[in-house]
Amino acid sequence: MKLIKNIGLILCIIGFAFFVGSIFVGNYTVTQQTFDEWINNKGIKSELFIEKANQEIVGKSFNAFQLSSKLITLAEKSAEAHQDNIELWQTEGNQDDKINAEWSKVIWTSWSSTHKDFTYPLLKASVNSPVKTNQWLAFFLTFGLAIIGGLLYIVPDFILMGPAGIKNNALFQHTATNRGIGGIITAAFFVVFYFLLYFFPDLIINPILTTNKISLSLSGNPASQWFMYGLIYCSVMTVFAVKMYVKYRNNLYQVIRTTVVLFFQVAFAFLIPELLVRFNQPWYDFKNAWPLNYTFFFDWNIDSLLDSGHLGMFMLVWGIVLTVIVIPVMVYFLGKRWYCSWVCGCGGLAETLGDPYRHLSNKTLKVWKFERYIIHLVLVFAVVMTGATLYSYFSGSETILGIKTYTIQSWYGFWIGSIFAGVIGTGFYPILGNRAWCRFGCPLAAYLGLVQRFKSRFRITTNGGQCISCGNCSTYCEMGIDVRAYAQKGLNIVRSSCVGCGVCAAVCPRGVLKLENAPEEGRILENPILIGKDDVSLNMKHEN
Amino acid sequence: MNIIALMEHVVIIGNGISGITTARHIRKNSNKKITVISGETEHFFSRTALMYIYMGHMKFEHTKPYEDWFWKKNRIDLIKGFVKNIDTQKNALEFNDGNIIKYDKLILAVGSKPNKFGWPGQDLKAVQGLYSYQDLESMEKYSSTTKRAVIVGGGLIGVEMAEMFLSRGIEVTFLVREDRFWGGVLPKKEGELISRHIKKHHVDLRFETELQEIIGDENGRAKSIITKSGEVIECQFVGLTAGVSPNIDFIKESNIETNRGILVNKFLETNVPNIYALGDCAEFHKHPTGRKNLEQVWYTGRMMGETLAQTICDNKTPYKPGMWFNSAKFFDIEYQTYGSVFSELKENEAEFYWEHKKGEICLHLVYDKSSNALLGINTFGIRMRHEVCERWINGKKDMNHIMEHLKDANFDPEFYKQYENQIVDQYNQENRTSLKSKKRDWKRIFAKN
Repeated sequence: MKLIKNIGLILCIIGFAFFVGSIFVGNYTVTQQTFDEWINNKGIKSELFIEKANQEIVGKSFNAFQLSSKLITLAEKSAEAHQDNIELWQTEGNQDDKINAEWSKVIWTSWSSTHKDFTYPLLKASVNSPVKTNQWLAFFLTFGLAIIGGLLYIVPDFILMGPAGIKNNALFQHTATNRGIGGIITAAFFVVFYFLLYFFPDLIINPILTTNKISLSLSGNPASQWFMYGLIYCSVMTVFAVKMYVKYRNNLYQVIRTTVVLFFQVAFAFLIPELLVRFNQPWYDFKNAWPLNYTFFFDWNIDSLLDSGHLGMFMLVWGIVLTVIVIPVMVYFLGKRWYCSWVCGCGGLAETLGDPYRHLSNKTLKVWKFERYIIHLVLVFAVVMTGATLYSYFSGSETILGIKTYTIQSWYGFWIGSIFAGVIGTGFYPILGNRAWCRFGCPLAAYLGLVQRFKSRFRITTNGGQCISCGNCSTYCEMGIDVRAYAQKGLNIVRSSCVGCGVCAAVCPRGVLKLENAPEEGRILENPILIGKDDVSLNMKHEN
Repeated sequence: MNIIALMEHVVIIGNGISGITTARHIRKNSNKKITVISGETEHFFSRTALMYIYMGHMKFEHTKPYEDWFWKKNRIDLIKGFVKNIDTQKNALEFNDGNIIKYDKLILAVGSKPNKFGWPGQDLKAVQGLYSYQDLESMEKYSSTTKRAVIVGGGLIGVEMAEMFLSRGIEVTFLVREDRFWGGVLPKKEGELISRHIKKHHVDLRFETELQEIIGDENGRAKSIITKSGEVIECQFVGLTAGVSPNIDFIKESNIETNRGILVNKFLETNVPNIYALGDCAEFHKHPTGRKNLEQVWYTGRMMGETLAQTICDNKTPYKPGMWFNSAKFFDIEYQTYGSVFSELKENEAEFYWEHKKGEICLHLVYDKSSNALLGINTFGIRMRHEVCERWINGKKDMNHIMEHLKDANFDPEFYKQYENQIVDQYNQENRTSLKSKKRDWKRIFAKN
């Protein structure tokens, strides 16, 4: 069994090595034809850039980093030259037409937003690599080996870990799960991955190509970085869902929840949208609700849905109904868990890949205070940004109160959508725990939380006086709720942030906690009398 | 004038659940000056969680129920040190380092220490119980050089120790005096159920086996044990887990009256005015509700603390614990008990026992023969709702009522398989009744009484 596990680990590492290594193989040779097509598609008007690039790039061979930085440097230089001209002409005066024409030649490059759209298509079209010529083999050597290896590593635990029961043994002693070197290396790997994915996809053309065949067979389109990400996401969740099944097999709540959240990811966030594209419909994730899905009300999305006939119209209406009606009604009956730990993709990754890191969340009062500020600020930001977007959409004005709507959208997309949700939210799993994004940043979680706190039947019931303050519940709460603080006083746990993962109840050694949907009356107890002592009325004053 | 100086100074020795609960509740109800003394750790932690630190489920900091700023904020002064001597004449405490502090009221919550029954070799290195933080450190110290541990005494701490060692790949031989695990407390079938489970985890479980002697090596560390039947078992660690007894050696020299523990009345008062005792170390002259005079569990410590705080704050209150309850976890199987289920039935008692066919889940009900009123519940592998069980037992509900409303008491997580119908079927067969299990009803569950 140990041997199988070790073989699995080695295969998995080889898979990852191929995946990462593929970044460095092959070369990028830009032919005249590719170059001209690219200039055409991008609508590049700068003759300075075209001439220089023709000289320095076409027909030559580079690696990805060289080609990408060359393009950016040339673009920046040409943009400077054009801007110098503009300045000169502006001082001369009376040359508006010329100046406007010159403006259109400026190529805007910024690594955080436009950079990738500029270079990515050219690099993608110019790659020559063994990955490109052996796409199925490449898929097997990367995804295939990593998945098979991962499963071989995980499944033997069914025997090795002994009889069914949750074993969190050594989590706080192992370097990978206790913020040791292992954890830091993992986090660094995740962070670099997210930076490349979000901002430098031109550098990971080969890894993207490993998923090309799958993309072609699903949507009929070549793989983009987002397709690759979707496939990684589903693969990782599947492998780690198996780990959940092994670890939590004594607990049917965990088994069913894991299955459902995996299903929603694979079906709703991956397969259905790709198949929609195959049938010339908009890519649409039916479960991704605004404001988590912050681009829902962006003009391009609304226009695309409006252009897609009855189905598009249905998607538009469903998106609104989901946020306005379905979510609050479901939260009333079931708590926000129905979304956050049963349906949501971010939650799905956190509950599978993130499970080994759940104990790293911070439980202090200080951080709870910080959490309440920041998550609600993000919600306000999302609402303001969407308000500005809709104002611009309906009024036709590009600015609101003197600020460009596009600028607000870019800020949100960069700081919240990419840095907070991706780089910090997932990249920092091994440092901050697995729900940093859900706890501190997700505007949808904030909205669901407000409903859950003030109008819901959901609570975690504390079972009389059975708590022994051991701290398992608080330690394993991924949202950093100090569950024990309530349980040891005999109080039910009613907190806006609780995602209802059920692990506090699962790790409790004394059967103290139970997730329940029950009548609202008595849900929040202010003055509990701990059971087992008949006539002393307690908690006259609340300590704080 | 200094107002602090005017306020009564309550000094509590011991920062376990008993002492800390008392301190917290005194603070809730008064402005008295409160000082808590402990030689073990600076801050209160949950003793019951020591095993999880060893197994890597938690760090020490996670076992602290309150953050470190809590004490200052709530004006509870903490002193780390050992009290050597109590001067009841001068109302003063003398510490090991010679320091002296005065008290107006003294509360003794000094806990227990593991039992040692005079076995030869019991004071060798790597021979210990598991009670204090220092015990944990010592276990940690010897673990890397331990291949096999022998654990003596089949109770809760023993099985915890076994689980701890196994989590590090250390083999365990477990000596139990009775014919089953925890035989003094658990009825036969439950004892057998849990014994099977312990064996399933590859513990070398030996029944009716007692320790004769522990043999040391040249460094004074345990190297083997000899059982009463003469068998030699090689080991590098011996766990002594045959119960605990009050940790009161330093009190015996004072004029505070003691027996096995510090003797108290129902107000938790000792024979000396203004000195109280509670928790593991307190022994009632006569238990207020007729249970054992010495009850060393977390919950009684907490309840005594809640009660004593009232008395200290001029609301003199007798200790009146309600229905007995307790719970534990043996490897993967949880245990809960409510009311009275003794290891042997008493004369007026009858029982109903249901066990799942796989032998790891059971429900045991004990009831009064003549009135059919429920007296106690034991469950393994099923969580029960405390309030409902208490209402049944205190309300003397009869077995028909229990069977019909069994679903109200189920506290297992959602989607768990429920066995009430099976249980009621078996009850009907055994008792020639035709009861039907009613659906769970929130109104009944949350009824005030």
